[in-house]
Amino acid sequence: MIRLALRRLAVYAGALWAAVTLDFLLPRLMPGDPASLMFARFQGRLTPEAIDAMRLAYGLDDRPLPAQYVDFLAGLARGELGVSLSHFPSPVLEVMGQGLGWSLLLGGVATAAAFVLGTALGAWVALRRGGALDQLLPPLLVLLGAFPYFWLAMLLVWVFGVELRWAPLHHAWDPGLSPSLTPVFVLSLLRHAALPALTLVLASVGGWVLTMRSNTLAVLREEHVRYALARGLSPRRIFLHHVVRNAVLPSLTSFATALGYVVSGSLLTEMVFGWPGQGMLLLEAVRTQDFPLMQGLFLSVTVATLAANALVDLVTVILDPRLRS
Amino acid sequence: MSRLRLAGALWLLLALVAGVGPLLVADPTAPTAAPLAPPSWAHPLGTTGMGQDALSWLVCGAGPTVALGVAAGLLVTALGAAVGALGGFFGGRLDDALDLLANVFLVLPGLPLMVILAAWAPPGPPAMIAAIVLTGWAWHARAIRARVASLRRREHVEASLLLGEHPLRVLGVEVLPHLRGQLGASAIGATAQAIAASVGLEYLGLGDLRAVTWGTSLYWAGNDAALITGSWWLFVPTGLAIAVTCASLVLVQTALDDQANPAAGGDPLGSTPFVPDA
Repeated sequence: MIRLALRRLAVYAGALWAAVTLDFLLPRLMPGDPASLMFARFQGRLTPEAIDAMRLAYGLDDRPLPAQYVDFLAGLARGELGVSLSHFPSPVLEVMGQGLGWSLLLGGVATAAAFVLGTALGAWVALRRGGALDQLLPPLLVLLGAFPYFWLAMLLVWVFGVELRWAPLHHAWDPGLSPSLTPVFVLSLLRHAALPALTLVLASVGGWVLTMRSNTLAVLREEHVRYALARGLSPRRIFLHHVVRNAVLPSLTSFATALGYVVSGSLLTEMVFGWPGQGMLLLEAVRTQDFPLMQGLFLSVTVATLAANALVDLVTVILDPRLRS
Repeated sequence: MSRLRLAGALWLLLALVAGVGPLLVADPTAPTAAPLAPPSWAHPLGTTGMGQDALSWLVCGAGPTVALGVAAGLLVTALGAAVGALGGFFGGRLDDALDLLANVFLVLPGLPLMVILAAWAPPGPPAMIAAIVLTGWAWHARAIRARVASLRRREHVEASLLLGEHPLRVLGVEVLPHLRGQLGASAIGATAQAIAASVGLEYLGLGDLRAVTWGTSLYWAGNDAALITGSWWLFVPTGLAIAVTCASLVLVQTALDDQANPAAGGDPLGSTPFVPDA
């Protein structure tokens, strides 16, 4: 048990170290340097002294790499992620904070909806094994999974946005509004979120259905279910208390992992719909070679993924007594 | 096996389109007509925002798209199999180190890492393949490691080792042949995933934008306002082509998986009754 925990701890420490080091190395192994790039972009608006200060701030000076590495780690430990180049002079933390909210809102709701819907459907078709829905659904979902999901998003934009004009095409709210808790803004937000959320649900519901279906079928074959039947318990009670409860465990752990990924935003969906989340920010950072923002995003996404995985480990140990012996 | 027959027919069609097709259609990069023209006799799938023939693009894009997917799929499976087989077979410190490495890669967020890697390296197929392989090998390593570790404890393997056979030879001759089905299924599944990943990266503008592929087709469709103008002929056929290709690969993968699946009783050595996975 302790050995297992130590192993997992080593994995998380290793992953965190790998992400931090990758963050450190990426701009330094790049031909050219970001500070000069930025100087070119802000021609005339920055003094050479400001450029020098920035070069130092990103560690892009002539000192040996190990010394820069130590400084970089010390900066991270103090929570300094630098200043974004593409949103200059906003600090990276501030830029990320804005994107994170929109990504969490869209991804969180869509991920939860897909999980609930998919798991319920999976349990249902497993119970009615061989029925019409069970014959139809799995192959349909496999076929749906073969389409690139951003292409499904394009299709939705074309059908519902362009042809039918039911939903807006772009961004998270109407031009002229600014984020607030007024009914007008919330309504606009909901109208804009409908298609991206539908895309995310369509893209992920299949996985939940298929996992839950096969897990439920496996549990249904187990002895304790037969025993419960022999005891004369009602099928409804057996299904809810003895089958679904056990079958949902693996899905639950995947769900926690999926929630961790929400932080990274859905790159492709956000790109198609112009949703102003983390994914769009990462793309923007990559395109404008905004290394501080890229570093901050990758680090925050990694930390979120690691945290979700650690949570899964913890929850599994709590829910599954066999792992505690 | 109707699944395999259907997939075979699709593969044949794909090979025909990719191999012979480019000889029969016009140059996909040449602007020949009015931009964003709907399908007509001269241009059965309409024209792009640059006035290029969309059918030519679809036909000429098949080869490079699938070739990149196959290359990445084979490489990612080979790297994963090599790491997994070495760790699972030799055990001990080597296994601990390789397993730690695989687990680290498993928890790193894949798509953001892929995007950063693809953007950092000079755009083109090598960068794309490297990004896909680096972010994907760990899954294969873990699956292969478990199988190899269980096969390693079989009597015929132990016997070969006691007879003084070179361990690497034992691994190659006595262990890996049992994994043919699983490796084949993995490689085919990985190819489908690699095609999807490369199309996604290219759609994000992280590939070589001058290349003629299915991914760049969707990228230009997005950039040339194909959506807003309702020019469905620029993205509907491409998406269908990608889906049919990936579906045909998944069909073969699941058929192979069913064959290799120990529960189905296919491979007598496949079941692992007494080996707890540490």
